[in-house]
Amino acid sequence: MLVASRLNAGEQRLRDLLLRGLAGDEPAYRAFLQELSAHLRAFLRRRLVRLPDEVEDLVQESLLAVHNQRHTYDVGQPLTAWIHAIAKYKLVDLLRRRSRQDVLTDPLDDELDLACAAETEAADARRDLGKLLLQLPERQRLPIVHMKLEGLSVAETARLTGMSESAVKVGVHRGLKALAAIIRGDK
Amino acid sequence: MRTDDLVTMLATGAGAVQPNQAARRYATALGCGALGAALLMATLLGPRPDLAAAFLQPMFWVKLAFVASFATASLFAALRLSRPGQRLAWVPGVLSAPVLAIWLLAAIVLARAEPAQRAALFFGDTWNSCPFLITTLSAPAFFAVVWAMQGLAPTRLRLAGAAAGLLSGAVGTLLYSLHCPEMDAPFIGFWYLLGMLIPTTLGALLGPRLLRW
Repeated sequence: MLVASRLNAGEQRLRDLLLRGLAGDEPAYRAFLQELSAHLRAFLRRRLVRLPDEVEDLVQESLLAVHNQRHTYDVGQPLTAWIHAIAKYKLVDLLRRRSRQDVLTDPLDDELDLACAAETEAADARRDLGKLLLQLPERQRLPIVHMKLEGLSVAETARLTGMSESAVKVGVHRGLKALAAIIRGDK
Repeated sequence: MRTDDLVTMLATGAGAVQPNQAARRYATALGCGALGAALLMATLLGPRPDLAAAFLQPMFWVKLAFVASFATASLFAALRLSRPGQRLAWVPGVLSAPVLAIWLLAAIVLARAEPAQRAALFFGDTWNSCPFLITTLSAPAFFAVVWAMQGLAPTRLRLAGAAAGLLSGAVGTLLYSLHCPEMDAPFIGFWYLLGMLIPTTLGALLGPRLLRW
């Protein structure tokens, strides 16, 4: 019972942060994503015991998915169910992708994985999202660089790039979705 | 990029999110889908000539009620399958209720009819075109509902595709029933249902390809 109520309290806290974030409270949203990444890391590490160096990549991919699909959270729904469904969806997608690649790679790969496992406890992501960002077209990359990385406002970004304010917003939105598509290998 | 940097990047300038986006997307999709089906019906088929007289017959409304309740149930199914982590719960029950009701009615009609008439009640005059015309009329709603789902986040892609097909089939059938002269429960309970199941099957086949995110 105690464990259950503690879990509920944790979920309640995380849910409050998300709801405030959805209403436009940026610090709350940042705190939500921060706590969520620890939660996702634990969730995915348990399910990727044999692929430890994929964990951080998948944490990042799931975070991006949660962010891109955050409008699909239903206020009446348990937050854990929503989060876990997204993480599992991305996990299954990764395993499917890998099983397709494994046909092409040599079996030595498995031993290399084992060798890395011990030293990469707090591994960084192997995939560099910053580099993937460079693959986006300018109308998506520039709004993301100025707004999301340099922290400029919509108006400032619009002035700097010569784009309209709505084009800047659309560029960020579509750019982050395109980033997810690049990761899963669609583009 | 480190995960902390990604978190910062995602949170920076995230802004508020419009509420009720699922409802809004589906309202747009169903509006466009129904309009498309109405235009197709009007140009390809035309409403039945005795439509005004049909309005006075109870069986016309039974037919409409069957299709409308099926459409509502499949809308619930599609909405639930459009979001991560939603349980289907009572959706199968709600979907099967109108089907069981029309089958019960069909059984009663067939039992009461003269044996020689039963084939006519089942096949009507239009059994060989009905399912394909329904499939044709559901095409606009199919594209519209898939568009709505693509903006949300279905996680069970085959089921979600099937639900999109079922919903578009029900929308197409709703408009088709204004053209279709058939009024007997055995006909409706089989051929209408078959017509709706064709887009459902297509949706289940295409779902994993169309709905990935």
